[in-house]
Amino acid sequence: MGGEVNAPFLTARVKLERRAVAAPPFVLDVSIEVPAGITILFGPSGAGKSTLLDCIAGLVQPQAGRITIGSETLFDSESRTNVPPQARRIAYVFQTLALFPHMTAEENVAYGLNGLTQAARTAQVQSVLRVFRVENLRTRRPPEISGGERQRIALARSLVTQPRALLLDEPLTGLDAELKHAIVDDLRSWNAARNIPILYVTHSREEVDALGERVIAMDRGRVVGQGSPLEVLEAPRRKRLAQSAGFENLLSGTVVELRPSDGVMLVRLSESACQIEVPLGYAGPGDSVHIAIRAGDILLANVRPEGLSARNIIEGRVVSMETRGTLIRLRVDCGAEFIAHVTPGAAQSLGLSREKRVWLVLKTHSCHLVEDSE
Amino acid sequence: MAALLLSLKLALCVSAILLGGGMPLAYWLAYSNWRGKFLLEAVVALPLVLPPTVLGFYVLVAMGPHGPLGRFWQMFFGHGLAFTFESLVLASVLYSLPFAVQPLIASFESVDRKLLDASAVLGAGRLRTFWRVVLPLSIPGVVTALVLTFAHTMGEFGVVLMVGGNLAGITRTVSIDIYDHVQSLEYAEANRMALVLLAFSFAVLTVVYSINREVGRQMGRRLWTPWAAK
Repeated sequence: MGGEVNAPFLTARVKLERRAVAAPPFVLDVSIEVPAGITILFGPSGAGKSTLLDCIAGLVQPQAGRITIGSETLFDSESRTNVPPQARRIAYVFQTLALFPHMTAEENVAYGLNGLTQAARTAQVQSVLRVFRVENLRTRRPPEISGGERQRIALARSLVTQPRALLLDEPLTGLDAELKHAIVDDLRSWNAARNIPILYVTHSREEVDALGERVIAMDRGRVVGQGSPLEVLEAPRRKRLAQSAGFENLLSGTVVELRPSDGVMLVRLSESACQIEVPLGYAGPGDSVHIAIRAGDILLANVRPEGLSARNIIEGRVVSMETRGTLIRLRVDCGAEFIAHVTPGAAQSLGLSREKRVWLVLKTHSCHLVEDSE
Repeated sequence: MAALLLSLKLALCVSAILLGGGMPLAYWLAYSNWRGKFLLEAVVALPLVLPPTVLGFYVLVAMGPHGPLGRFWQMFFGHGLAFTFESLVLASVLYSLPFAVQPLIASFESVDRKLLDASAVLGAGRLRTFWRVVLPLSIPGVVTALVLTFAHTMGEFGVVLMVGGNLAGITRTVSIDIYDHVQSLEYAEANRMALVLLAFSFAVLTVVYSINREVGRQMGRRLWTPWAAK
């Protein structure tokens, strides 16, 4: 792509502290770089994602830091630069969308277009409404428009102004997966020609998988991981991130023994005799650790399996079975309690039922060591 | 009849002035983060609790030939300010200030801040945001402010008496006229005027409360009126 040289790069280094009367102070201290294309800002709610977007848009002033887009400085605490939001040319779609309720879809979209002839303005509005497939709603007001279409209009409104970057704060929450994909595809094709940095905030693991792009993970006001979704979320180093990244099993235990030659260590799970092998981490014998395991990474067998490469084979008893959409969620008591997902077909062929004896099979590398976030 | 016309003229002038001047004041009071804001809020609300005679007394002193306002007026216009129509307008503006400003503040404050943020990131400055977003969404508040100011000025008595005296055609408003008639035991005359004011006030309140009800239905909230708990 030849566009990469000109493509504006968004950078933000932000320090901000907020004190509340009854709560511990919230500290946002991050430094991020957003290249052209979609970058996902992922983290549990309260991580400071929206505050960071507000700082980039100029709606909140950080106490210190520097925010740039391309070669222009939007905020710099040292040189006391602070470009007001209306002059930043950074589009922002809020979680609530904030469409103007007293204006039609068309008027909403045209709001940010200034200094154009009436004809040029109408043409641009028409064209962006067409790109986002809502041209039939031109004359309707937001209260008369359905959820997904409102989201499309909000996107159209912020993109028609030819922004230098786009901030999206959970813009697609509440939509079903299919609709989300359709909107994201339209956004991608819009950006194919323009190639601006897009910062997409979400706390939903599902959306990260669906978008599958660069991820910046945040927690408690800090960046805790960056890279591909696989790198960042498959090996979460922080407990809270593991929780929100969809690791159903978060077990605590004590390191019993290190086996560096095998690249593993033995961990006894708390309040049970159950021992599992996990990859070596920064821990020594006697240290307490947390282990995250995805429910979908656990294999089940109804007889003790033999001749497997998997190192962890644990005997247990099914405590409950719950159908959730296309899968069945099992709680298995092995001393410690595990959650495992199986398909209805698998459950049937294994003859699973409550109180049934089963063996759980865990690959060593499906057991992720996580840091305590305290 | 002259008294009624005078009252209408006064109410129109006061409403127009307060609409123009009340909006920036209300905007500032609604959105400013200044720590001393409560002081100004208290000053604006003062006429709600102050006896009209007290307000009228100080306004009269200020407008007198030795008062700052009176001297200023004398310098510019060559005649005194007290006991003129202008003095009535000035005093009434002060007296009706909360009735214009409070509903405006309430409706400006109830505009979703996210809409203001959205307007800003779409490139609009404060003035444009005010005209295109805040004001259109505050129309019920503006109507309430206008109606209350107008009605309150129409029925004013104490302040007018203190500041304007009782000069037929210049400062003799409806309520003063009624008082005069009663003093002269002309009950029929007094009753005619009183009925007009009663009907007028009732109509005004009907309008305000029906707007309130409509807005309440649409937005799940009520606008400010001096008779409802804020």
